[in-house]
Parts: sequence; C-alpha cells; structure tokens
Amino acid sequence: MQIIKDNQIIDDSWSYIADDAELKDGDISVSLARWKKDKQLLLKSDRKIGIRIGPTDSAEDIVADLNDIQLIELDFPAFADGRIFSHAWLLRGRYNYQGEIRATGHFMRDQVFYLSRVGVNAFSLEKTEDLPMALSNLNDFSVNYQKSIR
Amino acid sequence: MYQYNNDDQTLIEQRVAQFRRQTESFLKGQISDDQFRALRLMNGLYVQTHAPMLRIAGPYGLFNSKQIRKLAHIARTYDKNYCHFTTRQNVQFNWPQLEQVPDILEELASVQMHAIQTSGNCLRNTSSDHLAGVCIDEIEDPRPYCEIIRQWTTLHPEFAYLPRKFKIAVSGAQYDRAATQLHDIGLHLVKNDTGEIGFKVLVGGGLGRTPIIGQVIKPYLEKKHLLSYLEAILRIYNLFGRRDNKYKARIKILVKESGMEQFSELVEKEWLLIRDNLELDAARIEAIKSQFAPPAYETNAAPDTSFAQYHLENKAFATWVKYNTAVHKIPGYRAVFLSLKAPDSPPGDITDTQLDAVADLADQYSFGEVRSTHRQNLILADVKQADLFSLWQKLDTLKLATPNNGTATDIICCPGLDFCSLANAGTISVTKEINEALDDLDYLHDIGDVKINMSGCMNGCAHQSVGHIGILGVDKKGVEWYQLTLGGSSENEAAIGERLGPAIAKDQVTKAITTILDVYIKQRLDDESFLDMVKRVGITPFKEQVYANN
Repeated sequence: MQIIKDNQIIDDSWSYIADDAELKDGDISVSLARWKKDKQLLLKSDRKIGIRIGPTDSAEDIVADLNDIQLIELDFPAFADGRIFSHAWLLRGRYNYQGEIRATGHFMRDQVFYLSRVGVNAFSLEKTEDLPMALSNLNDFSVNYQKSIR
Repeated sequence: MYQYNNDDQTLIEQRVAQFRRQTESFLKGQISDDQFRALRLMNGLYVQTHAPMLRIAGPYGLFNSKQIRKLAHIARTYDKNYCHFTTRQNVQFNWPQLEQVPDILEELASVQMHAIQTSGNCLRNTSSDHLAGVCIDEIEDPRPYCEIIRQWTTLHPEFAYLPRKFKIAVSGAQYDRAATQLHDIGLHLVKNDTGEIGFKVLVGGGLGRTPIIGQVIKPYLEKKHLLSYLEAILRIYNLFGRRDNKYKARIKILVKESGMEQFSELVEKEWLLIRDNLELDAARIEAIKSQFAPPAYETNAAPDTSFAQYHLENKAFATWVKYNTAVHKIPGYRAVFLSLKAPDSPPGDITDTQLDAVADLADQYSFGEVRSTHRQNLILADVKQADLFSLWQKLDTLKLATPNNGTATDIICCPGLDFCSLANAGTISVTKEINEALDDLDYLHDIGDVKINMSGCMNGCAHQSVGHIGILGVDKKGVEWYQLTLGGSSENEAAIGERLGPAIAKDQVTKAITTILDVYIKQRLDDESFLDMVKRVGITPFKEQVYANN
C-alpha cells in the first residue's frame, strides 16, 4: 500500500498490529494500550516500532517513549475530531518529536494542508487513488497568517 | 480601513480555488454529503429550506462603498435582489445556486471580501463596536485588534475542527455595544493602574439553548500577549471541550462543568509555555493601527449653523436626528444610523437598489465607508452636521430613515421559518404585525429604549434571551407558539431574560407585546426606562396583564 511521506508518494513499510493479533516481522505499529502492556517485549527486537494514538489519548501519554519509537500514527475515528490537530502540534512543537507523524483513519484529503502545518508529515488515505490529489492539496495555500509548526 | 496586501489577496484567491475544487468534487460524487457539509460551512454555505444560504463575512462590521456595490451586484445577479444583515455584522444571501457559489466567492475576492469561517465548528468572524473610532466613550479603537484577530483566526490550522462554533467580540469603549459578555471570548480594552492599555478577557459567554454570561478569566492582559492567550484558551477548548453532545459542546459548558478556577488554571499553564514564542510585535500593532487612522475630518464642521436651523424648523428631521444619529468625537460630525427596520420590510433586509444608493451616499457624505451593527442596521459613521438634512431627505426617499433606532420596532429578528431549516416558527410576519400595532411614532418614542429580539428557534440567532423583551418561537405539535421573556440585556449589565409564563399562540403575540408596553407606560416612574422598571418591579405586573384572560 502507498502513502504520502515528506511530500512524496512512497510504498509503506509499516504494518499496524491489532491488539488481539499476533506480532509479525517488519516495522510494526501498535495501540497505546498494547504498547503499555508489551513495551519490554516490543523493544527487545531491533525492528522499528510505532504507536497509534487516537483523539481521546493525550500526547503526554507517550512523551517518555518518544526516543524509543520511529512512528506516531494519529488515528481519526471521524474527520471532524479536531483534537488530533492539537496532538500533532504538541508532539512536534512542545515535545520536539523528530520521527514520522502519520495521519490515519477517517480524515479527508482536504485536511492534509492543515495537518501538515501542525507537524504531520505522512498521510495514509482511505482511498489510495486520492494520493496524487492529496499531494497537490499540500500546496492549497502558499501564504498563512499564524505561527505553527510549518 | 484595512487594505489587503498581496499575501491577503493571494490567500482569499487560493481559498476560492480550493472551494471551487471541493464543490466540483461534491457534484461529481467524489466526496460525501457529510464531508462537503463541513467544507461548505467553513465557506459560509448552508443548505436551507428553499435554497442554499451564503453568509459573507463583514469583518467587525466594516465595509467600503466598493464592497457595498459588490453586494448589490451579487443580489441582482445571483439572488433575488436583496440580502440580509445579521447580528454578527455579516451579510446573508438566501437564494444562491450551489453551482454558482464559487463564482460569487470569486466576485467577493475581487473587492477583498470572503465567506471564510462564517459558519461551521471553527473560529468565526470577529465582531466589534459599530461606533469604534468615532464614539466619545472610547478607551482605544478596537478595530486594529479585530484585524489582528481576523488574520490569526483565518485558516488557523490547529483550530479548524473545534467541538463547536467559536465567536470572539472586541470592545474598546466604556459602554459595551458589541455584546462581549455573550461571546465565547469577549475582549475589552481597559486601562490598568499605571495607565497602560491592555485587555480584560472574558470567556464562556454565549446564547443558544443555554444562555450564559461570560466571566472574567484575565482582568488585565498585556497587548503583546493577545494571540498567545487566545491560543492557550483555544488549545484547552480543542482538547477538552465536549464532543459527545453538540448541545454541550460550546466552551461555556466546558467552563461551567470544570469550574472557572480549574479552567483558568489549565489556560494559565498552557499560556506560560507558549507566550514567549508568540509575542505580538509592537511594530506590527502600529502598522495595523496606521490602517485605521482617522479620515481627513474638516476643521470647519462645527461652526455650521444650517443644521441648528433645520433642526428648529423641521420636526420630522429633529426626530430622526434624535433617534437615528449618535454623537461623534469630532465636533460638527455625527454618526448616522440607516434603519433597516422599515415597518413593512423584514428586519435587516436591504435591496440591491438601496445598497447601490447607500454606497453613493457613503462616498458623498462619509469617506466611502459603511458599517453594519449588531442590531441589524447600517451606519455612516462620519457625517458633517451641515450634510445631515440633505442626507436625511435622501435616506427618507430610500426608506432608510424610519426614526426607530433603539425603539420597540428596531427588532432584531432571524429569518425564521420562512427561510431557515432549523426554525420552529415564523418571525417575519410577527414582526410586521408588531410594527403595525406600534405605527404611532409619538407612542413609540414615548416608550423609548425597548429592545425586542425574536428568534424562530432555540438556537437563538436573534439573541432573544438578552432582549429587553425576548420572543422565542417554539413548535408544539406542528403549531407555532411563542415564549416571552423580560429583562434580558446584552449591554454593560448583561442579563438573561426571565420567562414570563407559558408560551402563547401566534395571533396573541402582538397583543401581549402591546400589553407589556402599556403596563410599562402606566407604572413607570418619571423617566424610568423599560429595563429599569422590569428590574424594579419584576415580571409579575406584566404577567398578570398578559395572562389576565386565561
């Protein structure tokens, strides 16, 4: 499957492992609950680890783990849940997370411009055929009024 | 007034292009109703009973004559020859075609206007005092700060999907003409003990189903911290505001449920972490201020004697001056209210021909500027007293000189059941009936300052809960009924009106209003105002008469 990362369409190397599924090889992301439960086990292998958080989680929940993870997935249960935007801002702006922050779940390609401004640098869209348009949506505006991440 | 630079212009043009793409995607079925709903609302577009409704931003109520002519053109070309001014100083068109909205937005962009964030769960148009910069009770002109806030709120990436809508109002005067206590955030320019001017910040006010008066969260905020403080409040609201129930999603509920102490602690903590990075540069404030420099007032305006002469000789003119003009800080000038409350037309509505004429009058008499007010009228803010008589004659011909500003027929009214898909009851026909009953100007003027606000549903667009007399349309088994309240106010001593009693039938509303006004006339003390009398005697004497026959 393809995603957008750093303004390019690329093949995605990550797999999300559901809470009740077996771990598998390669780079994997897990829920915050599973991370808390299996942290030691997950860190033993030398693969890359990501954590998926939703709007009801808080950025503070993973602050202590930021050095151990290479991906944070911000998962939209519904496109209108704007808490995700503040989570992204906090992770980049306050906690200085340098790894990949990826939007997943039910968001619209019309939101990628705002998401990129608050620090999201990767986008996994519901429909991969939307990727080229989403890439151009990242440039919907060439000017802005506020200081944010980008 | 503020003139766009290249960046401002680029931004609104790119916004038009973006909305054109979004509309095309929707019409091709590429995005869902639900998704398009969120996108169109943030461009001011509702789907109403008969057609879409497009709400255009009137940034803190300020327009130039070119923009007013553009509104006239849009009314003629894309709508049914009229538009409607709202309580938040915006403009609504009730009959545009969805396919044509991108073209309308493009027309607006050509005169530095837009419909960005006039609806939806986002930061809305900032509103202000309609007499800003000309009134005599001003501490500082609020408009430069409104413009700074307008820019900050426009396409704010983090706060575009809030739990619910978010409205900010700014006042710079002693007397609050901007209903700041009834906004999500209200800002007052105030002087501190050392004479410096900053902001008193109120939070958690709002109308609608649960009307609440805002509370002070910061008694004094230095100007340089304006944007960081707003950002702190918004971040806390975005993260913690309720999203489980849309009727409990406004910031007022968050403040109420968490308590002011806990809420302000969260804001303070957030603010301390961000404020040093978000300071408002003094040079930037000055640059924006320079765009609101006073116009070139004539120094010989005050010695004119013709005004006094006309005033003495013409009773109708004198009455109009008394009600529809306001004192101006420059001697020899007055601010003129153009009443959009002619007895036989819907409150706040204006036709394309009237708009064109208003633009011409603005050019001729008032430095080419027009303002819209919270009570749905227009203002020419800088008119020489020597010009008042000829201006009055012209306004009279245009049906814009009804001398009822601030009286019982200056009714704030939403479009109601006739247009709005949310409404439970009609409002425009009731207003018309009240106007007919109060057609005796001497009686109307004897009653004096009575603010009647009428909304067609609980959402309260016409601010009925803070009307001196509030009228709320409700639906009872498919029949329109009306709930009355007394004693509300959106001014300095803001108050939520008290329910008079059970809702009354549509054909009884006008009689109830005239009964209430009769009780006032009979029982008032000397020059006691309606609101003062309600405060003194409570609702009982009114209630007894209104429900006397039941």
